[in-house]
Amino acid sequence: MSEIKKGYVRPLDIKHGRVDMSHGSGGRAMAQLIEELFLPAFDNVFLRQGNDGALLPPLPEEAGRMVVATDAHVVAPLFFPGGDIGCLSVHGTINDVAVMGAKPLYLAASFVLEEGFPLADLQRIVVSMAAAARAAGVPIVTGDTKVVERGKGDGVFIATTGIGWVPHCVELSGDRARPGDALLLSGCIGDHGMAIMSQRESLAFDAPIESDTAALHELIASMLACGADIRCLRDPTRGWLATTLNEIARQSQVGMMLDEAAIPVKPAVDAACEFLGLDPLYVANEGKLVAVCAASDAERLLAAMRAHPLGRAAAIIGSVHADPHQFVQMKTRFGGRRIVDWLTGEQLPRIC
Amino acid sequence: MKYVDEFRDGELAKVLAASIARNVDPARSYHLMEFCGGHTHAISRYGLNDFLPPAVHMVHGPGCPVCVLPIGRIDLAIQLALERGAILCSYGDTLRVPASNGLSLLKAKARGGNIRMVYSSADALKIARDNPQREVVFFAIGFETTTPPTALAIRQAHAEGMKNFSVLCNHVLTPAAINHILASPEVRQYGTVPLDGFIGPAHVSTVIGSRPYEGFAAGYRKPVVICGFEPLDVMQAILMLVRQLNQGRAEVENEFTRAVTRDGNLKAQALVAEVFETRDSFEWRGLGEVPSSALQIRAAFADFDAERRYGLSYAPVPDNPACECGAILRGLKKPQDCKIFGTACTPENPMGSCMVSSEGACAAHYTYGRYKDIEGVTA
Repeated sequence: MSEIKKGYVRPLDIKHGRVDMSHGSGGRAMAQLIEELFLPAFDNVFLRQGNDGALLPPLPEEAGRMVVATDAHVVAPLFFPGGDIGCLSVHGTINDVAVMGAKPLYLAASFVLEEGFPLADLQRIVVSMAAAARAAGVPIVTGDTKVVERGKGDGVFIATTGIGWVPHCVELSGDRARPGDALLLSGCIGDHGMAIMSQRESLAFDAPIESDTAALHELIASMLACGADIRCLRDPTRGWLATTLNEIARQSQVGMMLDEAAIPVKPAVDAACEFLGLDPLYVANEGKLVAVCAASDAERLLAAMRAHPLGRAAAIIGSVHADPHQFVQMKTRFGGRRIVDWLTGEQLPRIC
Repeated sequence: MKYVDEFRDGELAKVLAASIARNVDPARSYHLMEFCGGHTHAISRYGLNDFLPPAVHMVHGPGCPVCVLPIGRIDLAIQLALERGAILCSYGDTLRVPASNGLSLLKAKARGGNIRMVYSSADALKIARDNPQREVVFFAIGFETTTPPTALAIRQAHAEGMKNFSVLCNHVLTPAAINHILASPEVRQYGTVPLDGFIGPAHVSTVIGSRPYEGFAAGYRKPVVICGFEPLDVMQAILMLVRQLNQGRAEVENEFTRAVTRDGNLKAQALVAEVFETRDSFEWRGLGEVPSSALQIRAAFADFDAERRYGLSYAPVPDNPACECGAILRGLKKPQDCKIFGTACTPENPMGSCMVSSEGACAAHYTYGRYKDIEGVTA
């Protein structure tokens, strides 16, 4: 990040100003945006190095292996009940690193800004992002900003990349589920997706639903520390529970049986889904995880999850069994049985 | 969830299942057509077949508005969006229906068509008000349930003197379709489609009432039970049909008394009659041309009729020859009887319309029940 002389540029008018093409041109305007808006919020020793990349300290000897994950965030609306694109972009990538069993260490962030985007909104997003990173103890160590012409973006897109390390003793992977294993879920499903939907212009309904966006690495750390034999963790975001379980079933070449009655859904989310003709199994979350673990350790793992604030509503929701066709099935609350399939296309509302 | 969970109670389901089992005469069979996609969806989603004795066979009917929409009508909508520059608004599921040339409304959108998914006809009106310099067309589909809101939108546009709003009307009529199925040679002459009774529409009947079914229940000697879309509703209706058949009755009974009356919603009926009139004939996917089975916009509202406004002429397009949607919609075949079911035709790449909507027989079976086709898949 380049240095500029202080004092000969008027400070950014964050209250009334808007992003213009010069903010992405690599010139003084861009340097000013970084210096006045991004740096104060994200401030840390790595950013203060002021270089194109961040020079990171070596990992400890016993560190194990590196994990890297990346995630682009394109949510609309940018601000929603319970969060905004800023904290979402931090939580999403931390969670992708953490479900590998890794301790997230650093984040990198790229911003694609649309010409005309209010600087006040950008600052709100950046401040939220910085707060989320600080709360998680994972600094944003390097970044990039680009500006696209008006009409070619949707306000702001944020791509974040996270790196972390995973000890040699931790081996989590989607291909490790075995017949007999238990399936655990860390809390209620569908909160994020319905919070977003409740704000969309064409729908806009009043519902006390907040996004569950949260960083899960501390919950995961306590799960790993309890000593349960965890095979795999996933933080199902889009396509949610249904698609995530199908992915694991395919990777591990097993079938699954869920118990609908055991899957926690908040009444408001359930009602909103019912109203819109959507299935909560396919609605997004941003602060929940699914764990596959040895059946004999399920209760121990459940207790560890419930002891953490982000896992208070955790539940055992089903089990893994042998099935060459890799079907994920569910015992319905009603008493019948059905498939829980991959999400097809986008979840569209039914007509009748 | 109040007023919903009561109708999804697993314990009550067991009681009803036992009652159905007690009443069913194992020496005979009961072929019951659920007309509506809403019932098809409930049966698959809640696994209702697991509760029914082998003598009871559910036959999926054509009451899925997306499934019966012929390719040619979607082609007209795509033409309006891509060639006439109109903003085209429609309900969710419609966007994925396969049309000619490998297109669908969703694919036409990716090619630059201004196509919007709306939740109601009022949303389409709002889009027209917000874009006064653009032509906005509401692609109206559905049975009697979705017709009154379309009528209301047209009347509203008329009252406001809107110049840029019109409706491409594809509204169809339930009783005409049921009549058509009952009068078909497969049912009447050859007996290739055994049909003993009908589970009658839920939402449609809230509008038209139960009276319109009385004629064919008596004429064709087929019992009809109007039924809600919750799983316990469906089981109760099956029990009522079994009892009627055992007793040799063919009456219209109403299980959905919490919402349906004999006369229906007179206000909605008057509104529909003011704006729409019956078409001489309309093509249904699967059923072909069915006389007096659809609605068109009355001349008094001609300005809001997209067919007149754009001088559209309908050209029928044959289905893919491998696709069995037609036979499936008439109850002649089951989804798994179709050669391309689950192979070339899947919810991701639907060839036929029954695979598009989750109410379609093929999509419902693929999504919720296809494990039953494979031996030995259990928990």
